[in-house]
Amino acid sequence: MVNPELLFNALLTGLFLGGFYAAVSVGITIAFGMLDIVNIAHPAFIMLGAFVEFYLNSNFGIDPLLASLIAIPPAFLVGRLLYKIYYYAFERHGEESLQGLAFFFGILFIVEVGLLLVFGVDYRFVEADYIRKTIEFGYISLPLRLVVPMIVGLAMVAAIYFFTSRTFLGRAILAVSQDPGALRFVGGNPMRVKEIAFGLSIATAVVAGALLIIIQPVEPSLGREYIGRVFAICVLGGMTSLGGTVLASIIVGITEALTTTFGGPSWAPAVAFGLLIFALVVRPQGIFGR
Amino acid sequence: MKMFSRLIIRALALLVCVLFAEPLLAQQAPIKIGVGEALSGGLAGGGKAALLTYQIWQEEINARGGLLGRKVEFVYYDDQSNPATVPGIYSKLLDIDKVDLVISGYATVPVVAAMPVIIAHKKTFLAYYALDANAQFKYDRYFTMQPSGPNPQSAFSAGYFNLAASITPKPQTIAIVGADAEFGQIAMAGAREHAKENGFKIVYDQSYPPATVDFTSIVRSIKVLNPDLVYIASYPPDSAGMLRAIYEVGLTAKLLGGGFVGLQFAALKQQFGYQLNNVICFDYYAPEPTMKFAGVDEFLVKYRARAVAAGVDVLGLYIPPYAYAQMQILEQTVKAVGGFDDAKMAEHLHKTTFKTIVGDIKFGRYGEWESPRIITVQYQNIKGNDVQQFIESGKQVILDPPQFKSGTLRVPFTPTKQ
Repeated sequence: MVNPELLFNALLTGLFLGGFYAAVSVGITIAFGMLDIVNIAHPAFIMLGAFVEFYLNSNFGIDPLLASLIAIPPAFLVGRLLYKIYYYAFERHGEESLQGLAFFFGILFIVEVGLLLVFGVDYRFVEADYIRKTIEFGYISLPLRLVVPMIVGLAMVAAIYFFTSRTFLGRAILAVSQDPGALRFVGGNPMRVKEIAFGLSIATAVVAGALLIIIQPVEPSLGREYIGRVFAICVLGGMTSLGGTVLASIIVGITEALTTTFGGPSWAPAVAFGLLIFALVVRPQGIFGR
Repeated sequence: MKMFSRLIIRALALLVCVLFAEPLLAQQAPIKIGVGEALSGGLAGGGKAALLTYQIWQEEINARGGLLGRKVEFVYYDDQSNPATVPGIYSKLLDIDKVDLVISGYATVPVVAAMPVIIAHKKTFLAYYALDANAQFKYDRYFTMQPSGPNPQSAFSAGYFNLAASITPKPQTIAIVGADAEFGQIAMAGAREHAKENGFKIVYDQSYPPATVDFTSIVRSIKVLNPDLVYIASYPPDSAGMLRAIYEVGLTAKLLGGGFVGLQFAALKQQFGYQLNNVICFDYYAPEPTMKFAGVDEFLVKYRARAVAAGVDVLGLYIPPYAYAQMQILEQTVKAVGGFDDAKMAEHLHKTTFKTIVGDIKFGRYGEWESPRIITVQYQNIKGNDVQQFIESGKQVILDPPQFKSGTLRVPFTPTKQ
């Protein structure tokens, strides 16, 4: 007989984690899924975002979510600059696959070491009123430390979905992911569109960083633990599909939580990734892939 | 003829210069101590604090004229908290950098990774904070600054279970949870032994993978079983995650904690502050009146003056005193044997009782301490989140072993409201 308290709370925890994973993975869906850029440094930018929010929170008392909004414009510009370098150095010459991957590996280490030099090695955390609060309904508990990142994460993905489906530039991003040549025919500049899209993916990373540092303390190399997860979720979701990213994130989150509760925590990653493999065998293009 | 004689004299003079120059140059060459240290990654909090400590010791000894009349310098590389890098690092230190002495980096996993290279080179190896790292190797030139005694697996949690056994009425059930890593598995194995010896029924016994993001599900699973005791063996980010989940879920127990790594560092002390009240934790040094060893206060003042600028633990209560003692022992050993002969150094390390800033230390057969000295503390009287309060006594009250006891046990643990 399954304990209903454990079951409901595990489902909720999985949902909360899923929302957070969606925020962490959506940047990869844009960069890797839509633009075909293997940005292995994406988790390092999440850490960069987390430390920027830590700095603003600890020195000026700014809420980490508000701090992430402040960090979005410069992150967007950094992303655009990074893409320009990547394009002129590799993509223009058709060398994006191996050299491009090495480029982003280098960026990952530069960001990580930079954070180490500036902030040191200690775990850093932020303070906000909601981090230590839990809302309880009977035996169901809703720790705001997890609820808030889920809500913000899903809201961010929803905003990006709205942007890509309802605005001209957003539709241009979807177009360039499907056929850059066709976009050129209708007067679009694929390179410019990809530059903006990549800037958007880095901007999502700094928001994801805020959510991460709300959930747990961070140190500069923590991002490496998310590399496998974010790419797996992107692939499971169907590469270009934002809805697929959300659904895949929730599936992974719930699978991990249920396995942890009923099967044992050691099994959680194996079951989650086993599910990924099974899903890809049954549907190789991913959940909502074409 | 005259010219030939002059030539001979010049040749002889040159020969004499060459013969005497080499030892003269060697005397001036610094003593190189090699170390692979965690300067990035999850263990860097400890590794960088240790490196700062080594630098303090290096400056002190060089100011006193060096070791055996020679300056001391460290040759170190970042192992990134990744054991896969460690064999290569120590191979480079020994075969290419040709260091005179080697010491270990922080923590069990990197130390175990270094052992095959150390053994192959027959080096004397002074390690620190490695739990039972020599259990399989049984290498007789390994020594550790880990006060676990001859049975590390059991000693690590002995204090926790001594306290548990002293509670009346006697606890009946225990939940054991820990990280799926070398340290966590060893600590949990020891906890199981003690649970069996004390007749505690194990109602939860699980480990979690290191990349676990949230611990709410684990803690909730433990809560529904309502154990009297909860033993946790976790690494720093997990310790933070566990404690947060414990507060969110509202887990209570007569005794909670035991093997939290991370609570010894200033960062987590500051983050959790009053939420640590009544949590039980292992430690190696606490600023209690019963641990006033000669030199430790003076060292901590020096360390703290540089910690902020170095971006390391501002309190320095966990790693630095033992890292400094490690160098004191190395210094005393090198001076006693008059050089770096590994066999002689090992013999000296085995037979000598060393005087250090963390007290007297004597090593046992396979390099563990002859007697265990892990202390079990309970956080008490913590107010707010000010980290400086942990410099005072009375906040990390030592409850075990009896010779260092500085207070009384408070039960149960319940999540504290500020």
